[in-house]
Amino acid sequence: MSNICKAFENGKAFIPFITCGYPDLNVTYECVKSMCENGADLIELGIPFSDPVAEGVVIQNANFRALAAGVTTDKIFELVRRLRIDVTIPLVFMTYANVIFSYGSEKFIKICASIGIDGLIIPDLPFEEKGEFLPDCRKYGVDLISMIAPTSEARIAKIAREAEGFLYIVSSLGVTGTRENITTDLSAIMRSVRENSDLPCAIGFGISRPEQARDMSKIADGVIVGSAIIKILEKYGTESAKYVREYVRSMKDAII
Amino acid sequence: MSNSRGRFGIHGGQYITETLMNAVIELEKAYDFYKNDADFNSELTRLFNEYAGRPSRLYYAERMTQDLHGAKIYLKREDLNHTGAHKINNVLGQALLAKKMGKTRLIAETGAGQHGVATATAAALMGMSCVVFMGEEDTKRQALNVYKMRLLGAEVVSVKSGTGTLKDAVSQAMREWTSRISDTHYCLGSVMGPHPFPTIVRDFQAVISREIKSQILEREGKLPDFVIACVGGGSNAIGSFWHFINDASVKLIGCEAAGKGVDTFETAATIATGRLGIFHGMKSYFCQDEYGQIAPVYSISAGLDYPGIGPEHAYLHDTGRAEYVPVTDDEAVQAFEYLSRIEGIIPAIESAHAVFHAMKIAGKLSREKIIVITISGRGDKDCAAIARYRGENISE
Repeated sequence: MSNICKAFENGKAFIPFITCGYPDLNVTYECVKSMCENGADLIELGIPFSDPVAEGVVIQNANFRALAAGVTTDKIFELVRRLRIDVTIPLVFMTYANVIFSYGSEKFIKICASIGIDGLIIPDLPFEEKGEFLPDCRKYGVDLISMIAPTSEARIAKIAREAEGFLYIVSSLGVTGTRENITTDLSAIMRSVRENSDLPCAIGFGISRPEQARDMSKIADGVIVGSAIIKILEKYGTESAKYVREYVRSMKDAII
Repeated sequence: MSNSRGRFGIHGGQYITETLMNAVIELEKAYDFYKNDADFNSELTRLFNEYAGRPSRLYYAERMTQDLHGAKIYLKREDLNHTGAHKINNVLGQALLAKKMGKTRLIAETGAGQHGVATATAAALMGMSCVVFMGEEDTKRQALNVYKMRLLGAEVVSVKSGTGTLKDAVSQAMREWTSRISDTHYCLGSVMGPHPFPTIVRDFQAVISREIKSQILEREGKLPDFVIACVGGGSNAIGSFWHFINDASVKLIGCEAAGKGVDTFETAATIATGRLGIFHGMKSYFCQDEYGQIAPVYSISAGLDYPGIGPEHAYLHDTGRAEYVPVTDDEAVQAFEYLSRIEGIIPAIESAHAVFHAMKIAGKLSREKIIVITISGRGDKDCAAIARYRGENISE
């Protein structure tokens, strides 16, 4: 059993996402630390990509700005090494297939294991293409997280049966970004997932407010929030850590 | 190593979000059914012939041949198709397929605007709604095509993110498809993206080489020695190559846009400067930096301004069956002007890349040799930009 399941031992899990290097790596460092101290159970660290096709405008811009400011995969590995000095909760990378592939898949995954990255979320890697990275993930003990979408339907069973770490349930059609309402019949999707897997399930995409998080936590084991946090970074820049802290605390309090 | 569907050697595959997987599976099933359906094929042939004006002519470029003192040159006139480019072949096929699947809305990306115009045209013809995504830079370079798309009833969305060019338009079209799948078909314009697009687009464009083959056999009684086409994603090139792939004597040459040169950063020559990667749904060669960030590419031609190449081309490169050569802006402009003067044919600046390579090799070949150049589109859309390139300040 991987380290990731620890994230789901403290009530419902709150899983914040942050784009590494936006606006700079020191801010990322401070924000991750304050997330940990204020109830985050697992953190998704985004490695920016030049063409993030699964992201809405907010995270797209964070990706572009972080890259323009000079962040690289190697600098993010350094960040994780610094964080791991006292951060003990599970950490996963969220990035696109080419970032891993072009670095050298095995080299990338081996480094992940050595610096304490517990899993990988790769939005452009569906079930059919898992073989691209799965052998190296197995070899080094890094979980390859599977995603389930509102359109998955009959695919849910096979995805859930082979999943590891946790299952990422995509709440809505479209790309990442905050939404007023989530209209997908998530209870039906959750039933189908539970029939095929005992892994914890976390819902992401579109969630920003504590009430939404509370609603989602009633049907799932955890809640993932990305764009709402990036908006805080957009607004407060280098002063973001204290606002991120308050936000994370309010979200964790809402779902516990 | 992944061994999923839609592979060309190690290339291809389906590297897309889970949200889109059932859409591409549904598309593959529909295509596998309709590609062998007699009614579908006769309807498509009727559209090709009656609407698009096929078969396109294979024209013997006599003055060019004489001028270059070498191989006999033929031009495959895809520029004479309705809407002025080869793009209509693929679009009519996909729009018809989408209609059979019950879709009522087409979305597309476009670079130069040719694919966008073709998609808007097919949507108008078939009574479907249409949204075209076009990089902000390209909407400026190709303002006339933006107007044409709107005239045809399409909505044109100017994509400002990233570099504001073709790759960003593709990304935005993919994002749009993710948010609205049930009534919408993504009419991808080149032999790229996730399976089954590279195969579907190739099959619809293969009409080019099917016609070249029968036309040249009728005229010359033998196969050509060279088939030359320009390559961005590579749809007119794969269409021109396809029926010759098993004819080992026919050399297949794809001309990439080198922009200001393959030794500069202002280039879009993927085979010459790119390396293996995973992007826009496929494994293939891409222009990228050491960390896999996709490079901002450049070419005078908005239609070749793409940082990748279709997976089947990547495979033909790996096996050596096709050769890919870079052609710079300067060379393409030179060929654009040359063909205009010597044959009275203004080629698209994209196609001019292929014309240049033929100009380069024809004189070194004997008079028995035959070169076929695919003129993938007409150059009207480029006149203002080329005039500006030559320092003339004209407006469209």
